[in-house]
Formats: sequence, C-alpha cells, structure tokens
Amino acid sequence: MPKIVIDPVTRIEGHLRIEAQVEGGRVVDAWSSGTMFRGIELILKDRDPRDAWLFAQRICGVCTTVHATASVRAVENALEIVIPSTARIIRNLITASQYVQDHVIHFYHLHALDWVDISSALKADPARTSSLAMSLSDWPRSSTTYFRGVQQKIGSLMNSGQLGLFANGYWGHRAYKLSPETNLMVLAHYLEALDWQRDIIRIQALLGAKNPHAQTFLVGGMSLPVDADSQSALNADGIEFLLEKAQQALTFVEQVYMPDLIAIASIYREWASLGRGAGNYLACGEFPGDNVPDTLNLWLPRGIIRNRDLSTVHPLDQSKITEYVTHSWYDYKEGNSASKHPFDGETIQRYTGPKPPYQSLETGQKYSWLKAPRYDDLTMEVGPLSRMLVAYASGHQRVREAVDTVLSKLNVGTDALFSTLGRIAARGIETQITAEMMLSWIDQLGSRMKQGNTRIHNTERWDPSSWPKDAKGFGLHEAPRGCLGHWVRIHDKKIANYQCVVPSTWNGSPRDARGQRGPYEAALINTPVADPNQPLEILRTVHSFDPCMACAVHVVNPAGRELTRVRVV
Amino acid sequence: MKDDGLYTKLLQRGVSRRDFMKFCATMAAALALPSLEVAAIAKALGKGRKPFVVWLEFQDCAGNTESLLRASNPTTAEILLDLISLEYHETLMAPAGKQAVLSRENVVKMQKGKYLVVVEGAIPMKDDGVYCCIGGRTAKDIAREVCGNAAMTIAIGSCASWGGLPAAAPNPTGAVSVQKAVPGIPVVNLPGCPVNTENLTATLVHYLTYGTIPELDSSRRPLFAYGKNIHDLCERRVHFDEGRFVRAWGDDAHRKGWCLYRMGCKGPASYSNCPTIKFNMNTSWPVQAGHGCIACTTEGHWDSMSPFYTKLPNVPGAGMGLTVKKVGAGLAAITAAGFAAHGIRRVVKAKKEKNKSG
Repeated sequence: MPKIVIDPVTRIEGHLRIEAQVEGGRVVDAWSSGTMFRGIELILKDRDPRDAWLFAQRICGVCTTVHATASVRAVENALEIVIPSTARIIRNLITASQYVQDHVIHFYHLHALDWVDISSALKADPARTSSLAMSLSDWPRSSTTYFRGVQQKIGSLMNSGQLGLFANGYWGHRAYKLSPETNLMVLAHYLEALDWQRDIIRIQALLGAKNPHAQTFLVGGMSLPVDADSQSALNADGIEFLLEKAQQALTFVEQVYMPDLIAIASIYREWASLGRGAGNYLACGEFPGDNVPDTLNLWLPRGIIRNRDLSTVHPLDQSKITEYVTHSWYDYKEGNSASKHPFDGETIQRYTGPKPPYQSLETGQKYSWLKAPRYDDLTMEVGPLSRMLVAYASGHQRVREAVDTVLSKLNVGTDALFSTLGRIAARGIETQITAEMMLSWIDQLGSRMKQGNTRIHNTERWDPSSWPKDAKGFGLHEAPRGCLGHWVRIHDKKIANYQCVVPSTWNGSPRDARGQRGPYEAALINTPVADPNQPLEILRTVHSFDPCMACAVHVVNPAGRELTRVRVV
Repeated sequence: MKDDGLYTKLLQRGVSRRDFMKFCATMAAALALPSLEVAAIAKALGKGRKPFVVWLEFQDCAGNTESLLRASNPTTAEILLDLISLEYHETLMAPAGKQAVLSRENVVKMQKGKYLVVVEGAIPMKDDGVYCCIGGRTAKDIAREVCGNAAMTIAIGSCASWGGLPAAAPNPTGAVSVQKAVPGIPVVNLPGCPVNTENLTATLVHYLTYGTIPELDSSRRPLFAYGKNIHDLCERRVHFDEGRFVRAWGDDAHRKGWCLYRMGCKGPASYSNCPTIKFNMNTSWPVQAGHGCIACTTEGHWDSMSPFYTKLPNVPGAGMGLTVKKVGAGLAAITAAGFAAHGIRRVVKAKKEKNKSG
C-alpha cells in the first residue's frame, strides 16, 4: 500500500511533511521531514554579539521572545555577565506570558479542530449547550442566547458557500466523538480565545515593547526602565495593568481552557494509550530564582526521565547533546554516521532529496532539513509534558497537585501521561500553574519598584573593549514547545560561531545513524487510521507536540576547527 | 444596505448603526482619509460577497500571521468571518495535506484574476528553490502560480517585502521578495518585522472599500503607514532637539524617557507610523519601552542598520552638521510629494472625480 503523505501539515508553525506506512488500519512506520531552511546561523557569523538576540528572535514569531532569551543568556554566559534581579523577573514574566498565551492558542486554534466537528456543532441544542457549560464552569458567557448566536454565525458561514478556513475539513469523520453540544461549546470558546489572547498579550507589549518580537532585551539585562515616579518607565500604573491582565489570563484558563480540556479528554480516553513515543523526556528547566548564569535554582526543574520511569530524575549534562545528519540534508567531514556537539565541527547544507515537484521522499536516505539531536545517543522528547514529568518526579508540590487532580478527574493513572492525551493535559496544567505564578512575580516586581530596586542592566560588560579576546558560552531556555539551547563563540568582539538546538528539532527529528526514530516518528506508530484519505488521527498526535518548524532550522558552523568542550559555568 | 453584508451581520450581533459608523470612522482615521469618506467605507463593507483570499507562507517565522491574530479594529474574528473569505492559510486552516492544497487550487482556478493573495516570508531562489518546499513543490513555483493569477498581492512583513532576515548577508538560500520572485505582478509591500497589525487591517479595508490599494511610495509601501519619518513622529523628539540623551542603560536619563539616539536608535532613518499607532492596541512601541528603533521597515535593515547599538552618523540637530547622509543602502528615497496627507487626499479626489464622470 502506498504511503500516506501529509504535506503541508497545517495548524502548526512552519513547514512539515509526514509520510506514514499504514497496514491493517494502523500506522506501522512514519517519517517526519522539515521542508524549509534559512541558514540563520550563517547570517549571525561576524555580527556584534549584542545584536544576536534581535536576529535570533526572528527564528520564530509564534514562540516569539524565546530565541531572544536563549541568545542573551548564551552571550551573558560567555562574557560572565550577571544580570540584575529586576531584569530577571521581567524576563520570567515575559516567558510566563508567552507560555500562557501560546498554549491557549495552541489548544483552540491549532489543535481543537482535530477533536471538534463543526458540522456537528450546527446540530446542537443551544439550551442543552448552556446547561452543559454551566455545569462545567462559572464562566459567565454561557446563556442559551449566546450559544444560539454562535451557532447561527457559523451556520450562515457554512451555508454561504464561502467556508474559508473550514472548507474541506474532515467534518463527519467517524473518529469525531464529541456530542453536538460539546462541539458547540468549544467552538464558541475558540472564538472567545481569539479575543482573549490579543488582550492579555499586552503584558508582553508593556514589558517587551511589542508582540510579536519584543524589543526590550539587552545583553546584561533589559531596556525597560522601572521607576514608580516616572511616566516614561514601568510605574505603579503599569503594575496595576499587569495584574489586571494576568488575572484576566488566569480566569480564562481556569474557567474555560481547563474545563474544555477535561471535557474533551474524557471522551477521547483511548488517546491516553496512543502516541506514546520513545519514552524519554528532557527538560532544561526554567524561571531562574537567582542571577547566576545557568543556575539550577529553577521554578520548573531541570532533568531527564528515561523509559517512562518517574522514580528517577537523571541530571542533564549539556555536553552529552549531539546531533546526527545521517538522514538530514547536510554533510559532516567525519562521515555520515558521526554525531557532533553543537560546538564541534563543520556542517554544510546539501540538498540530496528528490527534485521538486516530488511525490515522495527517499525515506531510506536523507529526508529532512532537521538534524537529529540525541542525548547520550537516546531520542528525547521535549515540551510541557517533559517539564511536568520532571517536576512531578522531582517532587514539585504544585505540579504534583495539579497533575494528580487532572488524573483523578479522568480516572487514569500516571501511565496515561506518556501519550498524546498526556501532552495535551500537561500543556493545560502548565498553563494554569504558570498563570498563577505570574501574579506573584508581578507582585515581586511591584515591591522591588517601591523599594527602589530598579537596576535593570549590568553595564560593566556592555562595552566590547571590556571583553576577553575569546569567549564561549551557552544559553538554555524552556520555550513553550520545549528545551532550547543557543551556543556562541566570540572572537575579537564578533560572533565566530553560533549554534541552536531547538525543541522542534528534538521532537521532529528524522532517524539517527542507528535508525532510531525521532519522537514524532515513534509516537505515530500504532496510530489507527480509519480513512487513509482523511488521516485525522495522525494529525492528532503530531499536533499534540505543537510543532514549530521554522525553529527546527539547522545550525551551520562554517569554521572547520576542532573546538574544546563548552565550559559549564 | 444589502443583505449579508458586514453591516447586516453586525446588526444581527447587536451592533448599532452608530457603532458601525464609528468603526468606519476609525478605519478612515487610520488611513488618514477625510471624514466624508466614512460613508464610502460603510457602503462598501455593507455589500454582499466577501473577496476570496489566499495566504501563503514561505521562509517565514509566522510573525505576521500572529500580527493578524492581534487585530482589534476590525478584530480577527470579524476579518475571518465577516470581511474576507480566507480559503487557505496553513497555520489556521482545518484541512491538511491534499485537502488543504485543494482549497488553494479551487480559488486559483475558480476565482482566477479576482482573488487577493497575502504572502508572508521570503522566497529562496538558489538551487532551483529547493530550500522551501510545500506539498512537494517549491515556494517559487507556488508563488508564480498563485500570485500570477491573483488580482492583487500583498507582501506582508519585511521578508516578503524585501527578503528580510533570510536575505541578510550572506543570504545562504538566495532569498528574495515576492516582487523579485514573481516579476510584473501588482504588489503592495507592508514591511515591518512583523508588520504592525493596524497597517495590515487598514490596507485590507481600503482594498475592500475602493477595490484599490492606497497610494504607495517608490518601494510600493502605502504612504499612510510608511510615509512619515519615525524621528518626526517620535514623542522623544523634543529631547533630541534639546540635546537630552540617554548615555547608559538604566541611567537617570533613561528613566526620564530621554532620547535614545546615542544608544543606537535608528528612528531618523526609518519610515513608519509606529510612534503614532504603536503596537498591541496602542500599548507601547520600542522607544516608549526604552529601546531604540531598529528600522525594521527599511529595506536591508539587518545589514545596513546593524550594529544596532552604534549610533547613526550625521543626523541633523545632533550637533554633527546639517546635511543628512545615507546610511549604507538603508535609507529609502523620499521626495516632498511622498508625504502622506497630500498624497492620500489626491487619491480620494481622483476617485470622486472618477465617480462623477463614471
């Protein structure tokens, strides 16, 4: 039977192609291919390291801010710059607001249509929808009239002959299981979330100048002045605004997102044993509690879970991260089976795939622009699930509470976490607990402001004349989609080498030299496919990873030098 | 007003006629149109069938798509449900794979010459364009087909407008703008990294109202958005003129909101309306938040405006001389007639005369 090809995979960021072999109604093998390359790392060579974050941030506009954060951390690590606490809290708030907004958008605008059938929503009884909504949550927008209005609006769209984004969807697919009322309720929330996200992201606009692509980062701190008495700085009014938006964010997560998530998960229970994947989870951790570069004092801890074993959290040693190009469109001087740490070696892009237009990739050969990152030669999954598992296994109290609450609502054990549903649940749990923390971090910022602790930049190493001739460092950051790392070498005040290993490279990676599948590829094994022409079930698992393919771009080191190991500070 | 138009839909949702007219007035203000055009906008938006739109993404970061999601005036939901029929957008659409491609092909075939294309991201040309493939076809190939058959192409964001980040030196993939990849088609460029939401929505509304794009400068950027110099619009200009500069991040001057010229601000070399409309529902913009402008609407800014913390040479009034010199290839050529208000009023006058005689 010919392979199923999904290209473009939609409702992700970037360009992804999935090919899957189906036998007996189930996926028996799968291949994941990133189909776009830009070469941003080459573009960074010879630039001022203080500019790097501005360039790097444009790796992705969905997970905006994350590459800026990893970049400034890498340069600060290299130049041994300790940032002020106020700057650290501002960065944590920018990260937190990014998680909250990004995860909600993912659930509704990227993932929901895999589970929600719009054609069924049109058959719902608005009064029963209202009762359902009110039984699940105190959210005020839940009247019969309201749901009828949403139904009429979508109904007239579907009848207009101009279905727009909903045209040619898999409506009526037998894998859709929600009641018409649940479908209508979630659809209404899809529309509400569109309004909500643009409003609460103003937290980032205040702290970061604008969204997407914040512009207040600096190597050494942040450029946002903090001063209770100034109209040109973050002042008391600003703190009030942040608190208001953060509360608005939390309320929506508690009263709309989480109840919808539980409602959907409880109907699609079999997805707790699908999409299991390789079973190894890596988290570099996030939300530093002090200013030491690459501190381990992190609100979400660092660590590795192997083989789904929650009794042990293994330490993460970034020197064990390597990348293969065996099945990727790059060459290594050392040969096609070699794997290299981000700091080592030379990599050259070379497309050897089929000449476009093409029907299928040569999946036995090189088939992706993504390299294959491995840790200790193992496939690692990254993302909210990895973070929640590591936190859970590390005894993080709030994470334990939140995870156990969801597991008990769904009447499943921890084994259910290692699945497609597990990724969805972990993302929701992380959103809720992060939204809670935002309020306390804003309070902290407000207190510091009142006490006059307003230093936002360490200026000691701003001037390049204060730098050593050679320096190297790395910055790790948990982006919404998972662990992100930037590695930089600075020579004579300019970037000599810049490397990124990004979450969707970990997750979307092709095979390595040993033929080990990447996380998407492994997770797709055993996925049921009711209709090969409408591979909805494959999309469900791929989307559970929240792919971000522009991020998964390869990093090229143009210099051929052998490099020493990265100094861990 | 005819049935099924935006106005009727809004009425059904409880929006009053007064609110609708207010919305149209806001649009007119954004476009710097005189108030008597408000009625024209209201009339056009009240009409029947929505125009078909295809949104293509190539070597992009999806920042402009996210900018679309921030729309508040009109809102994203209003745009997607009431104003346009967005038939293809890989980030948002329900179908995937061949069903997604079918949606796009249906528009190109059945609405040939009538649909709008929005392009986000640069297009790689090196090695026959293999650096960006979608559905097994190169971006170059898709762009030539889809843009080549469209009524109008809107290049959104700096990458589609002039190549953006992928085109920064050494441009490893031969990335170019839509204009260069598909020569000879009508294009309007909306640069910005990403584009300011308000400029996208105002351009769309102008097109929906008049069936044409607003008056453009020599880089095919709408004058209403890119006709004025940031330095002239900046709220800190008085500090520049009086010689009050920030000299170190976090110093007293920084907290007081003084001019960021010495910290590398490229405002004097940048043409955009950021200081006026700001970002995210008028919340802030880089200078307001204490960081200089990086001139992201200027062609080639990644190379011509960096290092970003090095100050611009020879800006008049900075005590360095009276002549403005070009900074690399970065400064857009401007003429006196290129300034917004005069140009926009000419468009409106020409249309009215056309209507009278037509």
